[in-house]
This record gives sequence, C-alpha cells and structure tokens, in this order.
Amino acid sequence: MTERLETAERSERMRPRAREGSPRPAGTTPASVREKMRAEELRAWFGSTEAIRRISLALVERRVTAIIGPSGCGKSTFIRCLNRMHEVVPGARVEGKVLLDDVNIYERGTDPVKVRSRVGMVFQKPNPFPTMSIRDNVLAGLRLNGARVPHADEIVEKALTQAALFGEVKDILGRSGASLSGGQQQRLCIARALALEPEVLLMDEPCSALDPIATSRIEELIHVLGDRYTIAIVTHNMQQAARVSHYTAFFYMGELVEYAETDSLFTRPQNPKTEDYITGRFG
Amino acid sequence: MDAHRKRKLVDSAMRGACTAAVLLAVVPLASLLAYVAAKGLGGLSWTVFTELPGPVGETGGGFGNAILGSLYLVGLACLAGIPVGVLAGVYLAEFGDNRFGRIVRFSADVMSGVPSIAVGIFVYTLVVLSMRRFSALAGGVALAILMLPTVTRTTEELVRLVPDSLREAGLALGVPKRRVILRVVLRTGAPGIATGIMLAVARAAGETAPLLFTAFNNRFWSASLDRPIGSLPVQIYTYAVSPYDDWHRQAQAAALVLVAMVFVLNVGARLLTRARGDSR
Repeated sequence: MTERLETAERSERMRPRAREGSPRPAGTTPASVREKMRAEELRAWFGSTEAIRRISLALVERRVTAIIGPSGCGKSTFIRCLNRMHEVVPGARVEGKVLLDDVNIYERGTDPVKVRSRVGMVFQKPNPFPTMSIRDNVLAGLRLNGARVPHADEIVEKALTQAALFGEVKDILGRSGASLSGGQQQRLCIARALALEPEVLLMDEPCSALDPIATSRIEELIHVLGDRYTIAIVTHNMQQAARVSHYTAFFYMGELVEYAETDSLFTRPQNPKTEDYITGRFG
Repeated sequence: MDAHRKRKLVDSAMRGACTAAVLLAVVPLASLLAYVAAKGLGGLSWTVFTELPGPVGETGGGFGNAILGSLYLVGLACLAGIPVGVLAGVYLAEFGDNRFGRIVRFSADVMSGVPSIAVGIFVYTLVVLSMRRFSALAGGVALAILMLPTVTRTTEELVRLVPDSLREAGLALGVPKRRVILRVVLRTGAPGIATGIMLAVARAAGETAPLLFTAFNNRFWSASLDRPIGSLPVQIYTYAVSPYDDWHRQAQAAALVLVAMVFVLNVGARLLTRARGDSR
C-alpha cells in the first residue's frame, strides 16, 4: 500500500463488513455474534523488519475466519501472534494488544504457556511427534505437561473422532504417528490440538503440504469444527477461503486491507487491491 | 570414445576407488581384532575373571580386580561426564548462539584435542596432590574430563538435528520450553546421543595414560573412592612391559577382554536405544 491508512478507517476494518443489503449498517456485527479474540494495533517484527503494521482485527466466536494474501504479507506472522508463538523465533518482537475474551494476552505477567493451551495451533507441515504412538500424540498436550490423564481412552477417541480420523486409526493406535499418510498426520495434529479443548484454533496453511483428496477432507473438517470452535485459517488458496470460512481478511504488505463476510469480500470487494488479488492480477 | 562409454568408465573407476578406500580402512581394524583375538584367546580362562594377580614370578592368577576397576572407573566417569556433557550440549544447541556459547563450543573443541596424558597431569595436580594419594576418584575425574567434549559436541549436533517443527508443535500445545526440550527434543535425539556417549565411553575405557598417575594401580579388589584402583589398560601396560611370559599371555587376554567389553557396551547401547525408539 502506498498511502498509510488512517486510524479511523482501520478501526472500521477491525470488524468484518456485513453482507450488503443486510439490515445492519456496515462495520458492525449483530449482537448475537460475539468477538472471541481481537487484535488491537498489533505490530510484529523480525529483527528490524516490520512484518505486521498496526493490524486491528476481531475473530468472531464459533466462526471460521480466513486470512488471505500474497506470500510475505504477514498472515502467518499474524496468527502466530494470537497464541504468542511469534516470540519463539529469535529476534522476533510484538507490540500492541491481543484480547482473548477481553483480556490482553500480552499483558505483563501473562504466561504464554497458558495462552497456548487455550489457543491451539495447527502448522503448515504435519508435525506429529515421531517418537510417540498415535495415541500418545493425541495425549501429548496433556502428558507432556506432566498431567496424569484419567479417561485417556475417552479423550483419545473423542479427539480423533472430532478430527475425523478415529475410524481409520482405531486399530493401530499403538503405531508411530509418523507411519500415517500426510493427510492423516495433519488430522492427527488437529486431534492433538483438540484434545486440549482449546477455545480458539489457529491453522497456518494446514493443507498446503497435502494432496487434493486430503485437502478436501481437512476442509470438510474445518467446516464442521467451525460450529464449535473459533477458527482462524491462513491460506494461499482463495477457493479454499471461500469454501471454508464465514469471514475473510485480506492482508497485503503487513497491513489489513479489507475484512468482510466471505461472500461479500469475494463478490463485491471494496478495495481495488483486494479486487486485483482475488481476480489474480498479482500475488 | 563416445560420451556414454567415458561416463561409464569414470563411474566404475570412481566406484573402484571408493571400495578400495573402504577396504583400506577396514583391513587394519579387522586385522587388529583378529590379532587380539588370536593372541588373547589362549590366555583366557575363568580364573582371569575371578582371581587376583598372582605373586610376581609365579604363573597363574587373574585380573578380576582390573576388570572390576575399569568398570568402576568408567562408571564414575559416566556419572560425572554424561549429565554435564548432555546438559552442556543442550545449552549450546538451544541457547548457545551467543558469545558465551561460542566460547564454550571452542573450548570443547580444544579440549577434545588435548592429549590424554595432559589431562592426567591436570587431575594429578588438582585431585591427587590435594588428596595426597592416588585414588579411584581421581581416575574417574580424569576419564570424565576426556569424555566431556565428545558428549557435549555430539549432543549439540543431535539436538540441532531435531526439526524446529517438533519444538513448535510442543510449544503450541502449551508445554513449557523446558519440558519440550526434555520430553520431545532429547527424546527424539536419544538414539544418536546414546551413540555419541558410547563413543566417549569406549574412548575412556581404553585410556591408559591419564590413569597412570591418578587411579594408579592396585593388585587387590577395591571399590573405595579414595584408594588406588586397578584397571585393564594399566594392567595390560604393566604386564606387557614385564619380563614374564605368563604376564605377557595375561596382557593379551586382558586386551581381548577390554575390546570385548567396549564392544558389548556399544552393541548394548544400540539395542537399548533402538528398542526404545521402536516402542513408539
């Protein structure tokens, strides 16, 4: 973006624009829709490179929000800021606020470890623990914290069922997580995140390493999980964003350009940059 | 000559050269093992494991005390060397990208090149002189110092090989970093780290020079920290330079026992880590 966005304009972008023709005015969300998380004036750096430039954006509870944009636009960095995973990288730094149920997770004294158990994450490349069985992978979030896990079998079954994997692995729970196919591994990683019963699930291009069939299975899964969890999904794939999400945010060069209900953003983009991007003129 | 034939020719020439290089490396090892076995088997009997050395000039007796002493010394060295080395390696890999880390890494590299006899002198000054006697403790310290750089650097290398994606997976599950390192990173690198430790143990088990004036030698059973203790390498050295044929024979047998011990330790550690790796 050449011109800097005014703060007033930005705060309007914070909430998704409503579908046109809907009774409520643009820039507001109906009372029945609750914000689960909200970034306020969020800035993030890698060393001296500013990857996120004052982004304000709210995630709606029990809805799927897709974040799209060209490579290097800061979309992965943004969601990594939502569970304090950005600061894990050496030289990385964050400024601004991220509210989770109206409490700032960047408040001094907040334990990032606690935040991460409430805001789960699934990564681009499936990363099950190779030394653990499928069952232990699902329980990893609980076990690695030294917790004794009563009803472990129930937890494993529930999480794997939610991740639409139980049927395929119920007889091989003792086998290594690394023995599964890529798509199954990714669903195992989703199950591993769900076993902790997170409130928010962040997904960083969860299908980019998978084939089309595995991708469609994960997309179906996101669709189902979207009724129960607050989900933010980063994707390169605009069709995917259109298929799985209720809201879509378009990022460009570390800034939030447009944020709207998914239909509205793809059919009637308000910003010429968004239009150029979704029509494939760049990115 | 056409390009295809030339390519084939170069290929087989290079393969031949590689095979020759492998043979060159394996032949000394194999012949050494064969020599030790051939010479040592003759002197081997139950009594060498169970009995103390006989009086000077008499035939018979064994070196059970030296076998036990070697195990004792290596055990002591492991007790001190492995925890320190593994922790130092983890530090270097996880937190060591700074000035202090570079200094530690450099020191470890220098240490691994220090002649073992110099380590012996160092421990002599540090432990033997202050205790006013040769002791198993001093021997253990000397061997631990020799193990330390190998354990440190292999642990570092293997911890670095564990992909960051696994660390992130752990952290993103709300697991504190210390637990991620202990339960995910070290666990994933364990087979390799164990191999590194075994290499260090094998080296320590075969060292003679640093034991000569730290643990010294002892012709009797001993398991006390503050007394001199016998060990296989020192026993071999003493017997080999003696004028008695029977002692020469026993030195050969002791050499075979030492090689076999190191071999068993190596294979055992490999099986152990592999079995644990497969129970995944």
